[in-house]
Order: sequence, then structure tokens, then C-alpha cells
Amino acid sequence: MKSLKDVRTGETAAVVKLHGEGSVKRRIMDMGITKGAQVLVRKVAPLGDPVEVCVRGYELSIRKADAEMIEVQ
Amino acid sequence: MTTTIALAGNPNSGKTTMFNDLTGSSQHVGNWPGVTVEKKEGRLKGRKDVVIQDLPGIYSLSPYSPEEVITRNYLITEQPSAIINIVDASNIERNLYLTTQLTELGIPVVLALNMIDIVHKRGDVIDTDKLSKAMGCAVVETSAVKGLGSKNAAEKALWLSDLHAHGGHSRDHVHAGANHVGHEHHLHHEPPFEPKHRFSAVVEDAIKLIGALIEDAAAAAATATGAPTRWFAIKLFERDSEVQRHLKLDEQQQAQVEAIIKTAEQQLDDDSESIITNERYSFVTDVIAQTLTVKDSSGVSLSDRIDRVVTNRVLALPIFALIMFVVYFLSISTVGTAMSGWVNDVLFGETVPGAMEEFLLSVGAADWLQSLILDGIVAGVGAVIGFLPQMLTLFLLLAILEDCGYMARIAFIMDRIFKRFGLSGKSFIPILIGTGCGVPGILASRTIENESNRRLTVMTTTFIPCSAKLPIIALIVGALFPGQAWVATSTYFIGMAAIIISGIILKKTRWFAGDPTPFVIELPAYHLPRVKGVARTMFERGWAFVKRAGTIILLATIVVWFLSSFNWTLQMVDTDESMLAAIGSAIAFIFSPLGWGDWRATVASITGLIAKENVVGTFGVLYGFAEVAEDGAEYWPMLAAAFTQISAFSFLLFNLLCAPCFAAIGAISREMGSARWTAFAVAYECVFAYLVAFSFYQIALLLTTGAFTVATALALLVVLATLYLLVRKPYLSHEPKRKQLKKAPAST
Repeated sequence: MKSLKDVRTGETAAVVKLHGEGSVKRRIMDMGITKGAQVLVRKVAPLGDPVEVCVRGYELSIRKADAEMIEVQ
Repeated sequence: MTTTIALAGNPNSGKTTMFNDLTGSSQHVGNWPGVTVEKKEGRLKGRKDVVIQDLPGIYSLSPYSPEEVITRNYLITEQPSAIINIVDASNIERNLYLTTQLTELGIPVVLALNMIDIVHKRGDVIDTDKLSKAMGCAVVETSAVKGLGSKNAAEKALWLSDLHAHGGHSRDHVHAGANHVGHEHHLHHEPPFEPKHRFSAVVEDAIKLIGALIEDAAAAAATATGAPTRWFAIKLFERDSEVQRHLKLDEQQQAQVEAIIKTAEQQLDDDSESIITNERYSFVTDVIAQTLTVKDSSGVSLSDRIDRVVTNRVLALPIFALIMFVVYFLSISTVGTAMSGWVNDVLFGETVPGAMEEFLLSVGAADWLQSLILDGIVAGVGAVIGFLPQMLTLFLLLAILEDCGYMARIAFIMDRIFKRFGLSGKSFIPILIGTGCGVPGILASRTIENESNRRLTVMTTTFIPCSAKLPIIALIVGALFPGQAWVATSTYFIGMAAIIISGIILKKTRWFAGDPTPFVIELPAYHLPRVKGVARTMFERGWAFVKRAGTIILLATIVVWFLSSFNWTLQMVDTDESMLAAIGSAIAFIFSPLGWGDWRATVASITGLIAKENVVGTFGVLYGFAEVAEDGAEYWPMLAAAFTQISAFSFLLFNLLCAPCFAAIGAISREMGSARWTAFAVAYECVFAYLVAFSFYQIALLLTTGAFTVATALALLVVLATLYLLVRKPYLSHEPKRKQLKKAPAST
């Protein structure tokens, strides 16, 4: 499985599926990372975590541990 | 009769500006009951009978975050006459996702396409007629910053609520079968507030089945709430824990609902909550495709260019340090403190008391009345007002950082460090400001995005030595550790350690583990801060402090004044013969295990609650000096005789970590918005301080003298217990919905 965490800075990936359950998953989906959404990885924070991604036309910050739950292609 | 219009929308959608625009100065600011979330309401300009209720900025109506639960509960149970849904038109896709949830509530919705000027400037076009038809709500173009369209939105909302009240159309029916977007034209005779989006056939069937099943329960709930059956059915389909509780279905019904959900989940190969979220977003994507025409914009926006520099891997930390330095420098070191110093030393130190004294003498007021007014009331009011300039400066700077979009980046930059201690990256600011003064430090926690992190920060910020604690440090160092600079430095490390240890320990308890709101935050586009909005935020927060914290500070100051000025027969006496001295002597034994059972030390610690620097002055009075220097140099020899180095350091530890001054307690109460949480915070700080000082004293005694007593054993036990609390497993909520993410299956 390729996760959003594996996507390199500057590259775009399409969301396939979200793993996990509960509030974290719901929150990520509420913010627009849903099946089929195009996610561009903008940059990594200066201390290595979290990452900044661009989805549905806006910037979102998400921790690497959570990015690992997002399956992409 | 009053009509209520609720304002709902995403954070950063311009909701606050719109609220200010609609209500002018007739605002009431407080907290939602029991939480640290701010509640604002006001009256519509020119319409005293219309209440505008501002709701917290939210992205969804999920049952997970306190902000979202507050909004849901308010909308369902209070049933406002209409909702104005503020949508950032320049970021419309994610904003419309919330709209699809608001239109389902059976309340007329006016969609305010805010920041429309930015859309126009970009050259994009939004077809508002089509949007209105597609979403099933009225659409109004607004630019709250420029004061355009807000009034129109309010009028539309009033018109719709009127129509709703007299229209008599049924909003309580579940639509049958698949009724996809684009087939709604036959419905156009209905009022323009019927949700138009439909889910896929499988989901619609399931919702219909659940709707039929819960009809009675929902009808009962609906008479109390007015929310349509369809809404309850959708929420049950999502396995929404709040609605499950609310409807009180019997076990058989629950099993039937679960069976319906399972069937749909099998057919669509996903969990029900994700199905709904996915379908809402694909509906929104369709609507956008039909209504938004984007002019080709291949260029990089100014916001992106700023962000490339500001959160750059190399430059981010130096820029952050520089900005923090400026904030600290302006609010604590220079402008704020200079003005606060003037208010404290000149206005409330000389001018007001001088004039008052003259006046009181001229009218021949009794001694006790003079003392009450000068030492009680004027001192208390001075303590409140004295903090204001410092705080207003800080609030101004924070408001600018928030408004321009940098505050979200602070969380982005600092998250890596602070998440380990259960704090937010934004907790850095309260702690930094806390080194100057705990009061604005505590109030700065308002910008932290998560309720549990906010509470934790409020509770621990005052562990850092503030400037008023410096005289205590100078006193102890001067009397017992002459020339040893490490003592002062160590207090900052001890403060940091206390914050970190408390963060880790408390985060593992039930009270703070309740809602693991994840760190998934929007990084809004940068823009120039707006003078009007920033100034307003600054004064609002300042006023909130005066009102909420001020009363506590004033009352507490008067109580301590009373206790320290009178004896039991209510005659005015010096402090060393007062009730406070008697109380201090009576409870001094409590502090014997800490090495300082001396009644003077106890009384000094109590007066330190008014302001920490009072500890120094009170010692002076109790040792028979009417006036002492700021560091109490006059009585250093007496102190050196009364304390050992170990007991003095223990005294210092306790006074640094225990309950802060009344002003800070007032600030804690202001932020917590709950007497229980305030009491918990103060009690935690006192117990923590006591245990730290106790363990330190007893273990240091063991190491220096080798004497092992019961107290030594207890101290070692405290240390062991702390270690256990630090490494034990965190408390996990038993609700399955609130589980943390499970690890994804290993890559195949």
C-alpha cells in the first residue's frame, strides 16, 4: 500500500481509501481528503513533522502518523 | 417576540467580521456552558427584536469536537428561525461541505458567499442562481470586510424565517429512492430551503428504512427539537453516538438499524460514516463543476510566496524566534510594561491613593474605612487595571498574528516538540508570555485549537516564573545563596519541567483523554490584518478580562485585606496581630514537612496570593520593618537564621509552583468558564507544589544528613508514584467511536 506519507514533496496523489476509524479519520475526511481527492504534498515542517498538503484548493497541515493512514495512488 | 438568526461557517470564513457588521456594538461575549469555547450574541442593527447568535467556527457537524457538538446541539434544540451560513467564496469547495449538513436541519439557510470581492478580483464567476437551486438555500453575495451584503443576508434570513413560520410546508418527510441532483426542477414550487442533495440509491434506501423504523422516536424528539426525521436517520446511519443517545431506541430497534447499516456497508464496501462523507463531497464537486467558472490561474499567489519563506525549512525557526522576540519585547519588556508600571506605580501607587487619602481625611472618614478604600478597594482595582496596558498590547499583537494567518503556522512549526507533552504548538506563546506575566499568558491560550490542550495550557502556564516572582527569588538567593546565579536559572528549568511532567501526567487521565481531536488544521491564506477587526478583538478580550477576572481579583483582595488588618474582635491591628497571623500560625504545621513550619513563611505565602511580590513585603512587616527594599535585603540575616539552604529552596519551590496570584486565578476562571475547572486547576497547582517541595526537602535531607524517617519514605513514594504516572498507559475512552486510528495493514 502506498500512503500519503510516501508521496514526495511537490508531487500529487489521488486518495484511494482511508484506513482506521473514529474521530481522526472523520476529521481528515471532513477536511476534504476523501476518495478520489487530489492531494499535493507541499512541504514538510522544519522539524520533520507535520506535512503541509494542498487539497480542494486550500492548505492543510497533517501529521505523518495520520498521513500513513491515507492510501493513495 | 424575538427572532434568532444563527451564524454558522468554517473558521477563517469571515464569520466574526460579519457578526460585528450585523450587530455593531450590541454584543454579549461569554463562554458556552462548561467549555472554554467562546459564545457571542448580539442584536441586529436597527432591529432590537432580532438576536444574532454567533456559533463556533466549524468544518462539519460530527459528534467529536466540542465546537461541533455545541453547534449541533444549539441548532437542533434551540431551533433558531434561520441560519446564515458564511462561506468563504474564494475557498468554496470545502465550505459547501458544511452547507450540505446545515440544510438538512429543517431550518431555512441563507448562504452568504463571503469574500466575493476576492473571487471577482481573480476573474472567477459563481452562478448564484444555479448554486441556490442546487444547494436548496438562498444565496447572497457578501464582503463583510467591506461591509457589503451583510444587511441583505440578514433581510433574506428574516424573510425566509417568516416564510418558514407561515408556509406550512412539511419539512418532515423522507424522500423516497434516488432523487439525484439535476432532477430537482419539479420541486421549484417549494420554498427555497429544502436540501437538494441526495445520496446514492443504496444509502437513500437505507435512510428511508431507518426513517420508517424510528418514526415514533424521531417524532417525539422532533416535537422537542424540530429537526426532521431524515436528519436523525442520516445521523443514525453514520452511527452518530450523540444521536444514538438522544433517540433512546430500544435494543430491538438498535439491532434493526445496525442490520440496515451493515447491508449498505457491504454493498458499498466502506464504513457508513465514510460513505456519507464521500458522497457529500462528490455532490459538492458536482455543484462546483456546474456553478463555478475559474479563470485560468497558473500563477503562484502572493500567499504561497510568503509561505515559501516563512515556513521554509531553514528560515522558519529563525523567523519564528524573531517574531516571538518582538511580541515579548513589545508587550512584556517595553510598551506594555512601561504603561502597566505607570498605572501600578504612579496612577494606583500615588495619584489615586493620594487624592483618595486627602479626600477621606477631609471628610474625617474612620480609620477602617480609609484602609478599606485605600488598601482594599483601590489596591484591588489597581491590580485589575494595572494589567490592562500589558494585556492590550499583547492582545493586539496576538490578534494581528491570528488575523494575518501566522498563528496557524506556529502550530505547524512547533507541533513536533509540543505534541509529546500533550500540548499544542500554540502553547508556546502562553508559556513565553507567562515568563513576563501569567495573566496575559493564560489569556493567550484562547488561540489554541483544541479544548483539552487549551485547558492543560491554562493550568500549567503559571508554573513558569513570572516577573512578580523574581523578587521572591532575589530574596531567597540574597539571604541564603549569595552570589549563586544557578538558583535563579534553575527556577525556569523547574517551571518547564513542571509543565512537561503535568502535561504528560494529566493527558493520560480521563479528564483530558476525552476527545482526541486530531492535529489536522487548516493553514489559511495570508492576508493583511484588518485594523477594525484586530482592534475589536483586542478590546473585547481586554474587557472580558476586566469583567470576569476583575470581580474575583477585587473580592479576594478585599478578603485578604480584611484578614490581615483586623483581629478576632474586629479591631484594626498590624499584620502580625491580625486574624491572618493567627490563621497562619494555626496552619503552619501543614508546611513543617516542607522544612518551613515558621508562621511568618505561611502568612507570607498567603499574602503572595494578592501579588507574588507581596511575599517579600509581608516578611518585612512580620520581621518588624515598615518598608523594605524590593529584594528584602534588610532582613536577610533574620531569614538566614530562620531557614537552612534546603528549607529555603523548598519555600521557593512551593511559592513558584503553587496557586498563582488572584489576578491569574481570575484569568484561569475567565478561560475555563467553569468554577469546577478553576477549582481543579488551583487545587492541582497547590498539591503539585506541595509534593514537589516536600519530596525535595525530604530527599535533600536524606542526602545531606543520612536521616531516614517516615517522611523520607513518603517522599520516595511520591517520586515513585510520579514515575508511574509518567510511564503508565493513557486512559482510553470506552466509546468505540473515539478510538485512535488503527495502524493500516502492512504494504502488500
